[in-house]
Amino acid sequence: MADELSGLDTFPKLLMHHAKVRGARPAIREKDLGIWQTWTWSEFADEARCLAAGLAAQGLQRGSHIVLISDNRPRLYAMMAAAQCLGAIPVPLYQDAVATEMAFPIQNAQIAFAFAEDQEQVDKLLEILPQCPTLKRIYYDDPRGMRRYAQPELMAYDKLLELGRESHRRDPAYVETEIARGAAGDTAGMFFTSGTTGVAKGVVHTHASLLGPSLTAARMEHLGERDVILAYLPPAWIGQNIFSCAQAFVTGYCICCPESAETVMTDMREIGPTYYFAPPRVLENLLTQVSIRMEDASSVKRWLYRFFMGVANRVGGAILDGKRVGFLERILYWIGDLLVYGPLRNVLGMSRVKVGYTAGEAIGPDLFRFYRSIGINLKQLYGSTETAVFVCIQPDGQVKADTAGPAVPGVELKFSPERELLIRSPGLFREYYRNPEATLQAKDTQGWFHTGDAGYFDPDGHVKIIDRVKDVGALADGTLFAPKYLENKLKFFSYIRETVCFGHQRDKVCAFINIDPDAVGNWAEKRNMPYSGYTDLASRDEVYDLVRECVERVNADLAAEPEIAGSQIHRFLILHKELEADDGELTRTRKVRRGFIGEKYQSLLEALYSPQTTVHVSAQVRYEDGRTGTYSADLKIRDARTFPPAAAKRAA
Amino acid sequence: MILSVEGVSLAFGGVRALQEVSFDVKEHEIRAIIGPNGAGKSSMLNVLNGVYHPQKGTIRFKDKLFHDMDSHQAAELGIARTFQNIALFKGMSVLDNIMTGRNLKMRCNFLQQALWVGAARREEIEHRRAVEEIIDFLEIQHIRKTPVGRLPYGLQKRVELGRALAAEPTVLLLDEPMAGMNLEEKRDMCRFILDVNEHYGTTIVLIEHDMGVVMDISDRVVVLDYGRKIADGSPADVRGNQAVIDAYLGVAH
Repeated sequence: MADELSGLDTFPKLLMHHAKVRGARPAIREKDLGIWQTWTWSEFADEARCLAAGLAAQGLQRGSHIVLISDNRPRLYAMMAAAQCLGAIPVPLYQDAVATEMAFPIQNAQIAFAFAEDQEQVDKLLEILPQCPTLKRIYYDDPRGMRRYAQPELMAYDKLLELGRESHRRDPAYVETEIARGAAGDTAGMFFTSGTTGVAKGVVHTHASLLGPSLTAARMEHLGERDVILAYLPPAWIGQNIFSCAQAFVTGYCICCPESAETVMTDMREIGPTYYFAPPRVLENLLTQVSIRMEDASSVKRWLYRFFMGVANRVGGAILDGKRVGFLERILYWIGDLLVYGPLRNVLGMSRVKVGYTAGEAIGPDLFRFYRSIGINLKQLYGSTETAVFVCIQPDGQVKADTAGPAVPGVELKFSPERELLIRSPGLFREYYRNPEATLQAKDTQGWFHTGDAGYFDPDGHVKIIDRVKDVGALADGTLFAPKYLENKLKFFSYIRETVCFGHQRDKVCAFINIDPDAVGNWAEKRNMPYSGYTDLASRDEVYDLVRECVERVNADLAAEPEIAGSQIHRFLILHKELEADDGELTRTRKVRRGFIGEKYQSLLEALYSPQTTVHVSAQVRYEDGRTGTYSADLKIRDARTFPPAAAKRAA
Repeated sequence: MILSVEGVSLAFGGVRALQEVSFDVKEHEIRAIIGPNGAGKSSMLNVLNGVYHPQKGTIRFKDKLFHDMDSHQAAELGIARTFQNIALFKGMSVLDNIMTGRNLKMRCNFLQQALWVGAARREEIEHRRAVEEIIDFLEIQHIRKTPVGRLPYGLQKRVELGRALAAEPTVLLLDEPMAGMNLEEKRDMCRFILDVNEHYGTTIVLIEHDMGVVMDISDRVVVLDYGRKIADGSPADVRGNQAVIDAYLGVAH
């Protein structure tokens, strides 16, 4: 494979190579009108070539940027490839971002070109047009609803393609020459970080930094042209870009675009991807659905499920790791595979998964073990936008629930005295766009990237991340306080959706809780407990008791770990509303913004640290029918039992 | 003028549902019929697609004059409708329900269909494509194979609209398409009605109670009260009409 790719150091060169070598193999599929439609590599290359000619005719220059706002669609990937053919830089943006969030990237890079999927995205761009005078051209894919749009900036994708075909006919060598001019060190893409830490920054990656690690990881997992992936996460997130562009371009595997966000489950079952990525939250939702459906199944099925999941729990992981397992257990597992695990994998659409990754957040050990025990090779990896994803990957046979794995070949890792993880790798970004100050802060003069993540190496040399360095704090008495670590432990309970822990420089740890409306709703239904909605459910005494049990189990767990036994959760309350990205409480990738929440709910926080047992709250809420109203009530505050470190074993 | 109704009267025994009602529908417009409960709106719609047969009056459709319509004939002429209280096959999937809307366009006989060879096969593929286009249009891909009975009300209404569209009608009669929906579902439905009107060029006659919706999306409105037409004109005209205000708010006798 190494020989096959020599000299192919940019995305477009690879694309043209695949068109030559495996021109008839599928490159990208999309379900259109209920039928999977395929572009072969040669069709993909042809589309990109013509688009490139069209974009060139429209004035897109080498080194300039083009914004792309679209779901995963073949045409989105063709536009990206086309821009790269000309040496222009694709800048994918999150499709669920509101218009004002899109203005910054466009202003920041003075972008003139944009590609939007449909009317919804076009409307957003038109809305910010006055603030973005540089924006001159907007191409759109789906013309529906835009018949009366007459803005001079707009042009349909089909029109652009037609222009391109004509221009390509006139000068067939032009695009090839432009592709040949590209070099590994050129910028290949720019990704805006989600903004956990304030203003979004454009992370600039070169062809080398995206393709290098992608190739290393692909070799490690033996990925090839016969592999298939379902592209269902936002293209603006670097991970999706790596999985559905960079890695597809180095291996020649096939990318499948689901019909819509709601059909992902069905599409996954139809496609049967062999390579899979899912953040823990997606895996958790899947498991919740399975559990809910199992609870409603007949008693025979429930018994079978419980019995064989017990078997899987004991030996499934070991079998997957190739360890020695007793003969009888093997037979039982085999029967279980026939009756339970196989059908379950099929329902999940994971029958063919050769390797699946999860990353982004800590994953619950039970959740992780569940997937591995039914024979799905799920592994953890560690990476970020700045490192082009692949920093640590757990190799086959060395998979653990609580680590990120050892460094990928070619990556150097070390921890600073403050326990911050530092990285040097070929996948490091070049810079933050037009932000040399931030670049210097993140990447020191020796080329070490400061991740901001705190952790340590475990005895096997795996990296273990506990929290963000800046969030690791201390209680007033100096006890180590890693809020994320606590929050994750709480979130591993299916009843708890989100939680925010406070305790830095205070005398004890207290928490805000968001219950999971599906899981708790189902639990309430089983108990014939009527409720009118989230807010009502969250204020029930029974639900408080349920949550208190979870908190106390976490406390018992913590008591067993000497360094953090002091950071057990003393008091908690259940928030009256779900934390939302739209309200700024979560980032777009659904991470809690602790500082912001602390300020927004100042009064609740103060109440937690006072002897009060209720706190009054009045807030605007939005009902499901779109009306808004004011919610005003007394939230309850409950104490949770804490355990002295010595008593931990017995209580747990 | 694609459709015009002249002097239609309909009575059930002593109950006079419609009395001398006349109005017309222009090609490609969205025409609303409004009125208080029992004003005769649904009866009017039922006359238009041949469910009820008026005792008096004529209906002119595409320059052909009818004394009364026969519902089969109406469907063949290109008049499709949805119902106030959803009339779908609950146990069948969304796809199959919409497929039934293509019933009149199927040419193969029972035997051919059962064997699924030759023409029947080609035909089904062709119809399936048309149905898929409607599914795509109404954004219901995710429930394609779900039995209709399991869907929430708002989606069932959308499926019913899909079935009516499958007949590729020139005139679409919608009987309270938004009844019982929440705000978001209403908004979606409005968007779909406008899209149908624009994209397929379908003429739409709709009955609706939500005045906001009627005023927003319709080109012209006809108002009925106790079986009589009391006003006819643009939404703005109708809104200001004293007779309409009296009919809706009641008036001292």
